[in-house]
Amino acid sequence: MKFLCVFKKELRLYFGSFIAYSLATAFLILTGYFFYTDMIFYDLFGDFQDITSSLWAYFFQDVRFVSMLILPLLTMRLFAEEKKLGTIELLWTYPLKDPHIILGKFLACFLVYALMVMCTFAYPLLLSSATTFSWGPPSAGYLGVLLLGATFIACGTLISSLTENQVVSAMSTYGVLVFFWFLNWNEEAVGPQFVGTVVRFSLFDRFEDFSKGVISTQDVAFFILATFFFLFLTLQSLESRKWRGT
Amino acid sequence: MSMIEVENVSKRFGPILAVDHISFRIDRGEVVGFLGPNGAGKSTTMRILACFFPPTAGRVSVGGHDVTTHALQVKQLVGYFPERVSVYPDLPVRSFLDFVAEAKDVPRAERKREIARVIDSCGLEAVSDRVIGHLSKGYRQRVGIAQALMRRPQVLILDEPTIGLDPEQVVEIRSLIRNLGAERTVILSTHILSEVSSVCDRVIIIHQGRILASESLAALRAQLQRTRVVRVEAEGPEAQLRAVLERLPGVETVRRPEIKVRRAEDNGAVALIVEYAGDDIRKQLSRAVVENGWELLEVRSLEPTLEDMYLQLIRDEEQALRIESLNH
Repeated sequence: MKFLCVFKKELRLYFGSFIAYSLATAFLILTGYFFYTDMIFYDLFGDFQDITSSLWAYFFQDVRFVSMLILPLLTMRLFAEEKKLGTIELLWTYPLKDPHIILGKFLACFLVYALMVMCTFAYPLLLSSATTFSWGPPSAGYLGVLLLGATFIACGTLISSLTENQVVSAMSTYGVLVFFWFLNWNEEAVGPQFVGTVVRFSLFDRFEDFSKGVISTQDVAFFILATFFFLFLTLQSLESRKWRGT
Repeated sequence: MSMIEVENVSKRFGPILAVDHISFRIDRGEVVGFLGPNGAGKSTTMRILACFFPPTAGRVSVGGHDVTTHALQVKQLVGYFPERVSVYPDLPVRSFLDFVAEAKDVPRAERKREIARVIDSCGLEAVSDRVIGHLSKGYRQRVGIAQALMRRPQVLILDEPTIGLDPEQVVEIRSLIRNLGAERTVILSTHILSEVSSVCDRVIIIHQGRILASESLAALRAQLQRTRVVRVEAEGPEAQLRAVLERLPGVETVRRPEIKVRRAEDNGAVALIVEYAGDDIRKQLSRAVVENGWELLEVRSLEPTLEDMYLQLIRDEEQALRIESLNH
């Protein structure tokens, strides 16, 4: 339970410095606007037939995009700020283990993100007052959003541990996430076989099933493994101080 | 057994050897000063002791625990104040100390009392609810010291604890360190030599990653007092005065002082610095001046200051290195 002190400290920093508030504001404005436009689109072209494929799928794919914009700004400070301020010297000389530090930071960031996502529950709730629909597909979508967010955050945590510059941290995280997004774009250039292989690693494609209301164990396992993989690399990056001379 | 044992320790950063095979021991209850120019390896040594990073080679133990294999146990014993005052600017003082108490495993029941204790001993009552980033440098420094004192560590490692404080605060922090030294081991690094003489039992002088001296101040003084210095002020012709003084037994050099404070009444007075080896020559010196019919105004024996000793050590070391490289 030693990670709890780091977890609480990170939350105090997020909510004490307005980072969480300003990013949540941006997140909610963007997702709210997308939900509104998706609703209009559904109203005009969906013929009220299949709400899953003509509303939820679009909405959750938009949430995915907004998460990609917002999360690097949330994760950029996790280690970079501590390195810049020198407070990393405190963390590393307190009786804390590296996994505790990483877990505390990751979970604090994830909680902030989860709170933002929770606020968007207002949109389907609002819709449910006007019409009836099955809650299954949007629940799958939300599960996907949280899993995808966890992976993004783990990736951002790793990159933040590699630099002491927060701007570099955010920009590099954008780079990596966009790379995962573009992974299947150039089908013509590289051939379907290659795309077939890399698509399995595309964080964005993996998400598509969730947005359509499908939960497959394969996808859940993939996101959980990817999250642990990035956190494991973060641990290696932190431990490298023990053999690297810096 | 000593509280801190350092054996043959080196730390390499790429091509740079920051610490070069140093060894020393520090006992429980000792207050030791690390002295050395910038980049000498003081901070690196302290960071190794605080388990910030392990040494490249050699063995370091604190309280009987090895810093490489049992870092967690060592971290329980050590309170560390880093050179860069590191505190979270966005946290209020009390929240920060709350985090520190939890991170350092202060039991929940005692946390409140322990936080109140460090706040009190660092004089932070007035600012305990303010955000650290809004505090003056002196207060931020104290917050840094407060976190180091949390949970009464047996070993305190303070990297330049008084830099940036005003003189009154410096005196306070020094007396705090002295009081702490009564029951626990304290290591502090500093550029300020008077700090060492006012606080420390022993001084370890580090230069270019190596230890030049590790002795009590008295022993260091005795070792370096090969030549003694007397300042003479007399009324008389300077050239003849010099000639007489140079003939005295043991006198090595007679020179003008580097800094001379001119006063209205010392028109015609000559001030000279006499360096000599051997027994006190003040008696012979004053007799010689008076017997020549000149007026003796002042004879004062100059104790070498820590500054002198320190500079002499570093000069000697650099000379030794030069000779060594010439021989090769």
